[in-house]
Amino acid sequence: MSIEPPESTVSPSEGYSEGYSEGSSSAPSRRTFIATTAVGSAVVAGGLIGGPSVFGVEPADAATQAPPTSSVSVTVNGERRTVTVDNRTSLLDLLRERMGLTGSKKGCNAGACGACTVLVDGQRVNSCLTLAVRLDGAEVTTIEGLAKGERLHPLQQAFIDQDAFQCGFCTSGQIMSGVGCIKEGHTGSPEEIREFMSGNICRCGCYVKIVRAVEQTAHGK
Amino acid sequence: MHPFSYTRATDTRQALHAGRDGGRYIAGGTTLVDLMRETVERPRTLVDISALPLREIMVTRRGGLRIGALVRMSEAAAHRGVRALYPVISQALELSASAQLRNMATIGGNIMQRTRCTYFRDVTAACNKREPGSGCAALHGVNRTHAILGTSDDCVATHPSDVAVAFAALEASVHLMGADGERTVPFADFLLKPGSTPNREQALRPGELITAVELPALPRPLRSGYLKVRDRQSYEFALTSAAVALHIRHGVIREAKVAAGGVGTVPWKLTAVERQLIGRRPSDALWTKAAEHAADGARPLQHNRFKVELLKRTVERQLRIVGGGK
Ligand SMILES: Cc1cc2nc3c(=O)[nH]c(=O)nc-3n(C[C@H](O)[C@H](O)[C@H](O)COP(=O)(O)OP(=O)(O)OC[C@H]3O[C@@H](n4cnc5c(N)ncnc54)[C@H](O)[C@@H]3O)c2cc1C
Ligand code: SF4
Ligand code: FES
Ligand code: FES
Repeated sequence: MSIEPPESTVSPSEGYSEGYSEGSSSAPSRRTFIATTAVGSAVVAGGLIGGPSVFGVEPADAATQAPPTSSVSVTVNGERRTVTVDNRTSLLDLLRERMGLTGSKKGCNAGACGACTVLVDGQRVNSCLTLAVRLDGAEVTTIEGLAKGERLHPLQQAFIDQDAFQCGFCTSGQIMSGVGCIKEGHTGSPEEIREFMSGNICRCGCYVKIVRAVEQTAHGK
Repeated sequence: MHPFSYTRATDTRQALHAGRDGGRYIAGGTTLVDLMRETVERPRTLVDISALPLREIMVTRRGGLRIGALVRMSEAAAHRGVRALYPVISQALELSASAQLRNMATIGGNIMQRTRCTYFRDVTAACNKREPGSGCAALHGVNRTHAILGTSDDCVATHPSDVAVAFAALEASVHLMGADGERTVPFADFLLKPGSTPNREQALRPGELITAVELPALPRPLRSGYLKVRDRQSYEFALTSAAVALHIRHGVIREAKVAAGGVGTVPWKLTAVERQLIGRRPSDALWTKAAEHAADGARPLQHNRFKVELLKRTVERQLRIVGGGK
């Protein structure tokens, strides 16, 4: 797992254009603790105006200017939200740190593992390499938006039926990628599924069962 | 990541204007965002070109194919015309990156992608490509994946693209648009060998925009395909690769287009291999003899000597797969 702090200089409670709070419990969760720590350390390192930076790598003149932000209207799991983001914010950090949708995981933060896979306008993409600022008007579906009420998406059910996970860290990415794979029609054979699911690494090595889950959903096997 | 301002170009003229003012184009973002996060890239302004009308694949009047710069890798790979006319291109694309990345990444961005040399990505390492004059940590470092062809003492990094190898083999051309008009550059002149200026990678002028990659019409029937050899079966860059296209009539090879990937500082056109093939009849002996020339001029480094033999075998195998024989 990456220990990199999220690329957002707006702290989790700021910048919402709608009432929306992250987690209802008043006790600090592991996540808010991490976020607070990251932001806190940057305050000490940088002490910047307009939201503390988590990097400390900006050119000198940036220290006197707030990093550029933009307003973005994006539909997430059917709900339209307008948020102001630091231009550097990835879709993954927007989902996890700002919207409280922590189902999408940050494995590598570099396009190399697939844990962050979501659908943008119906297509599977790596949310860690997607800049949120580019998504004005886009529709995003995450693992949280897949079930219809209490009814699981068939691929979610298939992952349970086939026992297609162990630790579960890669699973939401696997399922979102599998949804894309089925939609693209790359399920002609187990080999084809393997190849077209290769953008999702599973450290626990559940590949055989993941292929079966995709097969079950695509072909009712 | 350094802060940057962001604009979205709604038409080509607006994009070129922003590009002329020093804005950096962003297409799929799969190279650029990654390298910005590593602070290898530090653009001050990003110009989003994804809304520009450069997303078409068209048959040209001469019977070639023109692929718009913003066509996604997945779209080009699935396109019926591409699959029918140039299987080597759809295969090279499908063996690239992952399905997610191919949904994001564009053809223009693909040929612009930067090397995967780990020292280039590590801002604390010496690297002439990133920091001219700082030295090359790879030259005497861990250089197992580096180039054996087209290198210089200043840089030994490979160009990592797969589809660019197919473009080089087929002798594609790149359509460019700048503030002073349009021009077309042969693919062979588009990507630059490092020489003493490894920081200069493409023959692009400041602010120039790639609008399309064009594939020439080639005599039919044309058999073609792409073979990629790597450390794992999928989702990995090439150690060696071969793009081969052959036009065989009446049992004789009339046209041969061959290039190699994973071994050169740019996609490596194998003219010596092509010369061995033209005018001859396909046979196992011919494939072996021609592939003997695949590594002509190679200068292996301490850890990548294996690539010399691997390259010959990759080319030989792919000649046999495309050209026939056992
Ligand atoms: C984990 C991983 C694995 C990968 N594996 C492979 C692989 O096996 N094979 C392979 O070939 N590739 C591979 N890639 C690379 C990938 O294919 C490229 O990142 C992608 O093609 C770049 O396209 P893009 O549209 O995202 O470019 P961007 O990131 O948007 O842009 C890249 C560069 O091109 C410039 N640019 C983009 N479009 C234009 C244009 N129209 N005119 C002028 N300049 C432009 C940008 O300014 C930028 O400098 C991999 C990438 C990752 C992250
Ligand atoms: S091989 Fe090129 S890219 Fe790699 S460290 Fe040397 S100069 Fe930099
Ligand atoms: S977090 Fe690994 S691909 Fe995005
Ligand atoms: S289930 Fe543990 S990484 Fe896939």
